[in-house]
Amino acid sequence: MVDSQTVLSGPITAADGTPLKKKLAQALFRSRVRAVSLVVPLLAFVLASFVIPIFALMWQGVYNDRFSTYTPNLSDQLSKWDGLGEPDEDLFVALVADLKKARKDRTIGRIATRVNQEYPGTRSLFTSTARKAKKLKAPFKESVIKTNKKWANIEVWRAMKITSQDLTPSFYATALDGRYTVDKGFVKQNENRQIYVKLFWRTFMISATVMALCLLLGYPVAYLLATLPLRSSNLLMIMVLLPFWTSLLVRTTAWIAILQSQGVINDLMVAMGITADDSRFSLIYNMTGTIIAMTHILLPFMILPLYSVMKTIPPSYMRAARSLGATPTMAFIKVYVPQTIPGVGAGGLLVFILAIGYYITPALVGGQDGQLISNMIAYHMQKSLNWSLAAALGGILLAGVLLLYWIYDRVIGIDNMKLG
Amino acid sequence: MSGLTKKLIAIAGASVFVSSASMAADLTVVSWGGAYTKSQVEAYHKPWMAKTGKTIVSEDYGGGIAEIKAQVESGNVSWDVVDVELSDAIRACDEGLLEPIDHSTLPPAPDGTPATEDFLPGTLHDCAVANIVWSSVYAYDSSKVRNWNAPKTMADFFDTKAYPGKRGMRKSPKVTMEFALIADGVPTSEVYDVLGTEEGIARAFAKLDTIKEDVVWWEAGAQPPQLLADGEVVFSTAWNGRVFNAKNAEGQSFEMVWDGQIYDLDLWVIPKGSKNKEAALDFVAFSTATEQLAAQASWISYGPARASSEARIGTFHSDPSINMADHMPTAAANFKNALQNDFEFWADNADQLNERFNAWLAK
Amino acid sequence: MVQAKDPFVSFKGVQKSYDGETLVVKNLNLDIASGEFLTMLGPSGSGKTTCLMMLAGFETATHGDIELGGSPINNIPPHKRGIGMVFQNYALFPHMTVGENLAFPLNVRKVPKAEVEEKVRSVLDMVQMNAFIDRKPAQLSGGQQQRIALARALVFSPELVLMDEPLGALDKQLREHMQYEIKHIHENLGVTVVYVTHDQSEALTMSNRIAVFDDGVIQQLADPVTLYEKPENSFVAQFIGENNQMVGTVKSVSKGIATINLDSGAEVKALAVNISGVGSRTTLSVRPERCVVLTKKSATVSRLDAKIEELIYLGDHIRCRMNVAGDDQFIMKVPNTSGQLGLEIGASLQIGWQNNDCRALDFKELV
Repeated sequence: MVDSQTVLSGPITAADGTPLKKKLAQALFRSRVRAVSLVVPLLAFVLASFVIPIFALMWQGVYNDRFSTYTPNLSDQLSKWDGLGEPDEDLFVALVADLKKARKDRTIGRIATRVNQEYPGTRSLFTSTARKAKKLKAPFKESVIKTNKKWANIEVWRAMKITSQDLTPSFYATALDGRYTVDKGFVKQNENRQIYVKLFWRTFMISATVMALCLLLGYPVAYLLATLPLRSSNLLMIMVLLPFWTSLLVRTTAWIAILQSQGVINDLMVAMGITADDSRFSLIYNMTGTIIAMTHILLPFMILPLYSVMKTIPPSYMRAARSLGATPTMAFIKVYVPQTIPGVGAGGLLVFILAIGYYITPALVGGQDGQLISNMIAYHMQKSLNWSLAAALGGILLAGVLLLYWIYDRVIGIDNMKLG
Repeated sequence: MSGLTKKLIAIAGASVFVSSASMAADLTVVSWGGAYTKSQVEAYHKPWMAKTGKTIVSEDYGGGIAEIKAQVESGNVSWDVVDVELSDAIRACDEGLLEPIDHSTLPPAPDGTPATEDFLPGTLHDCAVANIVWSSVYAYDSSKVRNWNAPKTMADFFDTKAYPGKRGMRKSPKVTMEFALIADGVPTSEVYDVLGTEEGIARAFAKLDTIKEDVVWWEAGAQPPQLLADGEVVFSTAWNGRVFNAKNAEGQSFEMVWDGQIYDLDLWVIPKGSKNKEAALDFVAFSTATEQLAAQASWISYGPARASSEARIGTFHSDPSINMADHMPTAAANFKNALQNDFEFWADNADQLNERFNAWLAK
Repeated sequence: MVQAKDPFVSFKGVQKSYDGETLVVKNLNLDIASGEFLTMLGPSGSGKTTCLMMLAGFETATHGDIELGGSPINNIPPHKRGIGMVFQNYALFPHMTVGENLAFPLNVRKVPKAEVEEKVRSVLDMVQMNAFIDRKPAQLSGGQQQRIALARALVFSPELVLMDEPLGALDKQLREHMQYEIKHIHENLGVTVVYVTHDQSEALTMSNRIAVFDDGVIQQLADPVTLYEKPENSFVAQFIGENNQMVGTVKSVSKGIATINLDSGAEVKALAVNISGVGSRTTLSVRPERCVVLTKKSATVSRLDAKIEELIYLGDHIRCRMNVAGDDQFIMKVPNTSGQLGLEIGASLQIGWQNNDCRALDFKELV
């Protein structure tokens, strides 16, 4: 019947003869415009303050034109050079010309810093040679090498060739404890400079440990919160939220006062005779301290999603399980716990992602083995000003988080997550 | 990268770093905070404001040139005068982030000696004028009863047999590695030559290995006095002014060991594009005059960068019995075995050594 | 009243208080026979659900004993009582499929796998839900969830099944359908069912006996017919079915028939059921369908003037609201026989009833 109708009259039309679909689209257009215009300001804000800066920064991780911008001649010559044979006079001519200009424009520091990132110890080579560049005479190869014999080192030139390429994998290589070279491609970094992979691994391990501890400590608290009568649960809720209202620094400092070797816990231990005065426990300025302080600080982020999920589980499920013959423990494990999985997932992911990016707390209580990758990112953002390397480190961290997110989605399902 | 994206990043960076203070002020002066900033406010800011009738907003920061870079590159410069370390001053100048300062505008000494001759060697740079000399030393709390003779040398710091207990050190290769070499017997004059070689680096780390298990690493300048006062460590490396203040203003019984001290400069710089450049230049010239530098020294034990100021150093502002000249890094008794921080060495090697240092820490 | 000789479930002097100040259940004594379908009926807050929860083991009795099969179960935890239970919101485990839900009580009892499968199949057959074994509860309609909840409470063959307002969330038609289904299942399996509801028609439809609860006390325990025909007090009369109430004073009693002076002045006769004696106040209760329109010749003793206020045509009968003895909410159901069609709004007539159809009960102020 439908078929015959279609054959006879084509698409269904409205009363005035326009196709029904078109008519419907017209009718919905107005409300759609209104809906879109409501979210436009927020969208623009998020785009400008969040999405674009993130992508711009990520872009810095693979793109750096510091060197080529300030050395137009040299970069041109370097691109012609194969990076294998000895650098020729043309390269030295271009070098001197660019150094002279950079000295005049006060951009020599930018060039030097960039090459120094690739080949440590060359910064002063550039700045000092630039100072003398005006007095150099042809043939430049000879005279430049005379001012500093490091210019004869082909590795310096290879480093310059690498830096002259704007689009470069070298920051990601560095971030993974490798080096990108002209002649051998990717090679491993010297063993005594390999630090980032280790820190990534440690960051993930500490974050996972903190997440597990938060779950272990937070689950019973959330359960109490969800099941206690309102008056007592309100009090408990305030105690859970209290850390939220205290500055991060204050909380961290409080942990120092509690955990340090002359601190409250150790004093108690000594007073109770558990340990001797001269062999107090090292609870802080190491990984233990980092884990304790981070667990405390991140605990509410685990408890709140758990609580919001538990609150929605009616007590009748547990009763049903009991009435069907399950012991309290079995009912809890088989019926209650599976229903809290969305909360566990949300809390776990939240805590893990926050833990991965933590750096104030590890910086204060971490000591030598409590340092995380974010401390290195902060170092490169603020101290070494190697933003490209910071971006590469951040990019890897972001990729790691996205990977986890993907695994979570595959294993548990992302729509199975409840934040509250 | 396009200029636009670059600008966006810089703005994003600036919005993170820059606080909102400097609005109605004629001049924004940024320094390290605490007792140090107070000494500058008393000796420089107040007299300058009285003289010119202009206002100064004083902001604190944690060092480094990230903020200056972010401000200059975003074109939104809100800081006018910044107190930086020497290596940062040189680097920022090389990168074109700072306004050049004409040394001829600096006031001469009271006896007429031109500024270029009155300032101590190495304290005047193209874009920076030094105001003080500060130093990294190590200190201990003499009120804590211990069975050892008072430490005297840098080697004592590394001697865990004679001086058992934890030690506080800054979590940075800078200064730490120099201390290790000095303790290992390298003469101060050769420290950077040795550190410039692979063997030298290995030697420094080997020396640090001997105390690695006993070190509590600190990062903020306020931590060492706290660690000492809490009894958390028996020794700690520290900045001499902080220890002096903890001792004389807060009543701690800290003692400093000057042997093997590594001194450095703090300098005024003006970020490129400062909106109050004229006032900034005037402030820099005013504050680095002989009298102002000498006045600052009565507030904190950092040495003035001018020879003519040294003779005028008075007593501690709250205790006339303390003769400040004796507590300066540059006082003859303290200066016997001193090393100046080599900014060029660190500019070349900071990244590399930082990675190695962190790798060593994580071992 | 039928009293089981060997009660299967027995409440003995049970009291329950939550706050130590008021009793929610006051001295409950109730015997339930094996195989019986007993309904606890009452308004909310009457204590019926509390009694059910005490029987299930989720609440403990403050005083008294509850016995199951002759032995006290006060100290036996719920999971060892072997009682099936259907909850108001079904309480199907949302993370398990229908099959897993049904297998749950068997698995916790460590029943062999093959047997589990077989039992699950057969119980699903019973509720005609075999096609849904792999669905999650959220993918089922309310009625389907209800059936699964029922099947889950029965799958482990308990001797006693408790149901706590299980049909409350269903629409009217489905509810009526399910009532018959539950009734049939009960008849087929022969399990003992204790059913809690506040819906009297549900109670009348399904039960062997009904315990009417109010204020923590069983007001009357009887089979549906007795309960409707012979309510023992004015609460039960009011709660079960529709009735008309009048208040008055007992003038005299003879041979079980009381003569009552209504407050409006009229004098009527009623069966003396629950009155204290001559001179006491009483509430009269008469069912709307037991009132008749009188002609001059009718031989009833009680005769009252009435004026028709409203007529509602309901097909099989006409619902007639009239003003009787000062009460304009007096309802009479007039059978739709051809002779009765002369009723008109505003008409005055006389109504009356057989003496046995009007019951003189305990006095209760009319609301």
